[in-house]
Amino acid sequence: MTAVDSQNIMDTGPATDTAAPPPAEPERRNWAPYLLSLPALALYAVLLLVPLAMTFLLSLNSFGFYTGIQDVWQLGNYIDIVTDDYFHEIFLRTFRIAVLVTLLCAVLGAPEAYVLRRMKSPWRGLCLLVVLGPLLISVVSRTLGWALLFGSTGIINTALMSIGLIATPIEFMYTETGVVIALTHVLVPFMVLSVWASLQRLDPQVENAALSLGAKPFTVLRRVVLPQVVPGILSGSIIVFALAASAFATPAIIGGRRLKVAATLAYDEFLNTLNWPLGAAVAILLLIANVVIIVGCNRLIERRYKQVFE
Amino acid sequence: MPYLVLDKLTKRFGQWLAVDNLSLTVEKGELISLLGPSGCGKTTTLQMIAGFLDPSGGRVTLDGADLLAKKPNERGLGIVFQSYALFPHMTAAENVAFGLEMRNIPRADRDRMVKDALQLVGLGAFGDRYPRRMSGGQQQRVALARAMVIKPSLLLLDEPLSNLDAKMREEMQIELRRIQRTVGTTMILVTHDQAEAMALSDRVVIMNKGKVEQVAAPQDAYDNPASAFVANFLGRTNLLQGTLRQDGGGCRIDVAGTAWPVAAELPAGPGVLTVRPEKVTFVDGAGVPGLVRARVFQGTQWLFEIQTDAGPLTVIRQHDGQILPAENERVTVGWRAEDMRVMAGTAGGA
Ligand SMILES: Nc1ncnc2c1ncn2[C@@H]1O[C@H](COP(=O)(O)OP(=O)(O)OP(=O)(O)O)[C@@H](O)[C@H]1O
Ligand SMILES: [Mg+2]
Repeated sequence: MTAVDSQNIMDTGPATDTAAPPPAEPERRNWAPYLLSLPALALYAVLLLVPLAMTFLLSLNSFGFYTGIQDVWQLGNYIDIVTDDYFHEIFLRTFRIAVLVTLLCAVLGAPEAYVLRRMKSPWRGLCLLVVLGPLLISVVSRTLGWALLFGSTGIINTALMSIGLIATPIEFMYTETGVVIALTHVLVPFMVLSVWASLQRLDPQVENAALSLGAKPFTVLRRVVLPQVVPGILSGSIIVFALAASAFATPAIIGGRRLKVAATLAYDEFLNTLNWPLGAAVAILLLIANVVIIVGCNRLIERRYKQVFE
Repeated sequence: MPYLVLDKLTKRFGQWLAVDNLSLTVEKGELISLLGPSGCGKTTTLQMIAGFLDPSGGRVTLDGADLLAKKPNERGLGIVFQSYALFPHMTAAENVAFGLEMRNIPRADRDRMVKDALQLVGLGAFGDRYPRRMSGGQQQRVALARAMVIKPSLLLLDEPLSNLDAKMREEMQIELRRIQRTVGTTMILVTHDQAEAMALSDRVVIMNKGKVEQVAAPQDAYDNPASAFVANFLGRTNLLQGTLRQDGGGCRIDVAGTAWPVAAELPAGPGVLTVRPEKVTFVDGAGVPGLVRARVFQGTQWLFEIQTDAGPLTVIRQHDGQILPAENERVTVGWRAEDMRVMAGTAGGA
């Protein structure tokens, strides 16, 4: 779903010259596109829609500690979540983390992409590899590395304490700060790639034109480059937001059992409490919230940039 | 004192010499055209003057000051880019206003100047339009307005009218000429349209493979081409292979059995005679014999392809009622000695 949405945004970018195709003859329908997308559609239906529908049905069941899962249809789980402060806090935390991570990724990733584009040939490839590095390493080992680095006896805390900047170790493990930092690290490549793609479409002569009209380099950046990569930043933001809000491994390792987010909450309900229906309801609510936020943002962006980039 | 001086300007891309020791002086208020085949280094030259490309060698001075020491945004030049380079996220009016904004012109003046500039290029009603929703010619005119509205003292125009229809092009040519005359803007114009270069320029610079072949007033370059390349490049010309001889009266060139006196002193040996198609006439007496291979009506003139012993010859005659030969007719052609140019060498070596 994320990929599909972000694709929509990418499509609103330039170079989509929408020449209307000639009206197709009604009797000779072209079936090739449908046939070609059939395997993908089948896969999509079997692997995504069916489990999703089953999860939804499961979320309507009820659960008792002694009776197990009851095959009844009711909205009790949803009412529980909506009325319980415990769940409110977890959902709020999830989206607070996602928003912070998205902002950080935008602030770090967009300049990074710009600097990367300006680099000369061998360095550019190398630095791109470094930026994309996190994607090449398994999420578990990467996050464990973070834990080692940031633990109370980790390198950073030890170093800061030994030079006397802090007296007691800063807590990264099991804190929101830690989760935000680690998620940002993991997700920033998506932002860099997305901004990079929109930078590639930039005509360098346009920057030259601004210079020739007397703009200082920073003004060129602010008035000419930035507005043109905003769609890239926004589509990157949507990818990052969606991935951050539904992230599991990183919050699970850094946040642990104490600092739950929606994804780890659902996991715990499934595997520890064995309250599958409640876990399913959490998952469905997370999905709905994600879809609403992302589709809403997408709409907003499309409306704002339709004029300019179509 | 010359206003703009390019001194042995050179640009290498790797091994490729895009601009080779180019020297040129431009007077204040002059309109100079760069003419030359595609890829001969015209855009590269302009980009070096503008500061977007660092020269591999040479110097550029503007009004006595070293231009290369200045950053591109401090040079104060107006530039129309070959690719327009409009700001895609700004409307036409915002595009034009950008340079004025950078110069801190007050809002009210700015709006008026933008409006006038857009009016001038015939886009008064298109101020709110984004570039992507404009035709190529409209975008080009926005680019022109954007460069002219800041009233630069030096305007670099890289094929600024290439996408306009004939009528609009003519209007813009007149406008450029008017600005040059009244404001005294110095302009360097790159164009592929020879008629445009001839009509607008005080001088033309004919370039080939990164080198200057000739700098001259348009008519001079046309009538007295400095090389066979220039003769061939500027308008049509006929290249006839002949033999140079020295005899009692001076130098002569034999072409297809006819001898023509040569004013210059050239060594004996192979020689090339060039003559413009419109200077060739059908004669009754002595001349070069030939056969009319084809004749084509071109509206105001007739075009003849004539086969002679010295090679094919193109002749252009006005369509003014004179009696002209038919196809496959045997004719004799001639020209006045002062209308021809003779160079030593062979036509292939040009
Ligand atoms: N960035 C570059 N790297 C390598 N070669 C280049 C580069 N830019 C231009 N060249 C080469 O330099 C030569 C001159 O290019 P330039 O753009 O100045 O040509 P031009 O005279 O403007 O041609 P046109 O009339 O087609 O616009 C060309 O042969 C081109 O291939
Ligand atoms: Mg060019």
